[in-house]
Amino acid sequence: MSILVLAELDGNKLKGLAAHVVSAATAWQKPIDLLVYGSQVEEAAKEAATLSGVARVLVAQADHFAHPLVEDVQDLVLSIAKEYDVIVSAHSVLGKSVIPAIAARLDVAPITDVVEIHAPSSYVRPEYAGNIFSHVENHQALQIVTVRNTAFRPVATDGNAEVVSISAPLSRAISNWIKEDLNHSDRPELGSARVVIAGGRSLGESFEALLSPIAEKLDAAIGATRACVDAGFAPNDLQVGQTGTLIAPDLYIAVGISGAMQHIAGIKDSKVVVAINHDPDAPIFKYADYGVIADLFTALPELDKALQ
Amino acid sequence: MKVLVAVKHAVDHNLKPFVDATTGQVDLSQARRVINPFDEISIEEAVRLKERGLVTEIVAVSIGGADAKDSLRHAYAMGADRALLVETDVRLQPLSVAKLLKVIVEREQPGLIFLGKQAVGEDYGQTGQMLAALLGVGLGTFASALQLKDGSVEVTREVDKGTQTISLQLPAVLTSDLRLNEPRFIKLPNLMMAKKKAIETLAAGELGIDLANRFTVIKSNEPPQKPGAVQLASVSELISTLRKAEVLQ
Repeated sequence: MSILVLAELDGNKLKGLAAHVVSAATAWQKPIDLLVYGSQVEEAAKEAATLSGVARVLVAQADHFAHPLVEDVQDLVLSIAKEYDVIVSAHSVLGKSVIPAIAARLDVAPITDVVEIHAPSSYVRPEYAGNIFSHVENHQALQIVTVRNTAFRPVATDGNAEVVSISAPLSRAISNWIKEDLNHSDRPELGSARVVIAGGRSLGESFEALLSPIAEKLDAAIGATRACVDAGFAPNDLQVGQTGTLIAPDLYIAVGISGAMQHIAGIKDSKVVVAINHDPDAPIFKYADYGVIADLFTALPELDKALQ
Repeated sequence: MKVLVAVKHAVDHNLKPFVDATTGQVDLSQARRVINPFDEISIEEAVRLKERGLVTEIVAVSIGGADAKDSLRHAYAMGADRALLVETDVRLQPLSVAKLLKVIVEREQPGLIFLGKQAVGEDYGQTGQMLAALLGVGLGTFASALQLKDGSVEVTREVDKGTQTISLQLPAVLTSDLRLNEPRFIKLPNLMMAKKKAIETLAAGELGIDLANRFTVIKSNEPPQKPGAVQLASVSELISTLRKAEVLQ
């Protein structure tokens, strides 16, 4: 028996989170098959084969995987699930949607958002927006798991796995993809950036103008609080926190962010946290490693200048 | 068309949970419970659809102890037409909840089924996906907008770098995200009226579903507290400190 890891594509490329999920899957010390599906998978399959620790890359190519729908991914995974005793995916939007569905059809309870694995069947996962960490013992023969990718270091890319084509079941066609509205940006992706600078609502209309020159100099992604997004100063996909993107950069700079519980939940795994806030009592200072009490409208231009 | 909304009587998200040192488990004995915020959003969406004449009946269903009636009354006060409690004193895991909801869906035959994208507490975020899979119907997770069409629903979902719109044949299961709507403020007379309304109660143990837990929470702990920030006097001191610590080049 072996382990099945679900990969995801971004266009025709393999998403970087596969390297983290494979890393998590090595905990079981069993052969790992990495499932790659899409409408054009050649390039992604090649990338997948280089991930260290992967024994085989299973490739399912079908037109209906150009924009994978939960129902079709379910059917694909179920068509091969009986060969495995562990199924692992990232706790991504797709993983969160598809893993519980797959598990239910196999009459298995999945363990989601895992941050530690003690193979074969013990896990640590956050609860209550990251305020509690629970140790879970899973009594089921088949382990179905989603992992928080930021909690696992990516594997190296010196592997040379065998690539095997598998056939994809026909689409059930009870759902259809219509369109996507994605924000394209040259900045690093929020979920995987080494440096993230994020702002709160107090940045107001100057959000982009104040943060983007600094982000450029630091090669950083930009994040925002929920309040800032709700006020319309930043787009939805920049939201960092419990209900937005969970991040774990080497350096996180929080500007004008008070530090609500739900925001902290999303940045807890960051290596170094810097907070700039005019309020000395802001809760963010309890979580930060370094703090500067300053007005952000003077501190940010200073920071920009100092980085030149 | 009938709409079913699943409602969890969940721990208040404003509350900071703590671990009981003797049991090693989260102590919820004193925790205030309220309707799960994402379920409140679901009810609001159903009520708006009804106000626009697209929905004829809203059925709210909760699975839990007798105290869950409070959240069902909240649903009544917002505009639900009927409320149903599947009663159990056991803390069920999402797979069991999904199986119980499937029984209710088969009885009620709704065209649209709403759940929250997750409940406050264990943050499992699984039940809606499981229900859709068990029913063999379409699933729209993280819904931030929707539009009913003839025999289908168009759902805009929050995905990694923006939004995605998909169409699902009805019946379908949707899980509500934060930005689907802003729930209305409940007026006192509505709340008083809700107190008088009937809540049908079924015993979870009598619906022919295996309710056994599949995993056990052995122990819980609170994350270690950080010592607090080293306060620096200025931005330039910050930069030199970060450079010295080799966080910045």
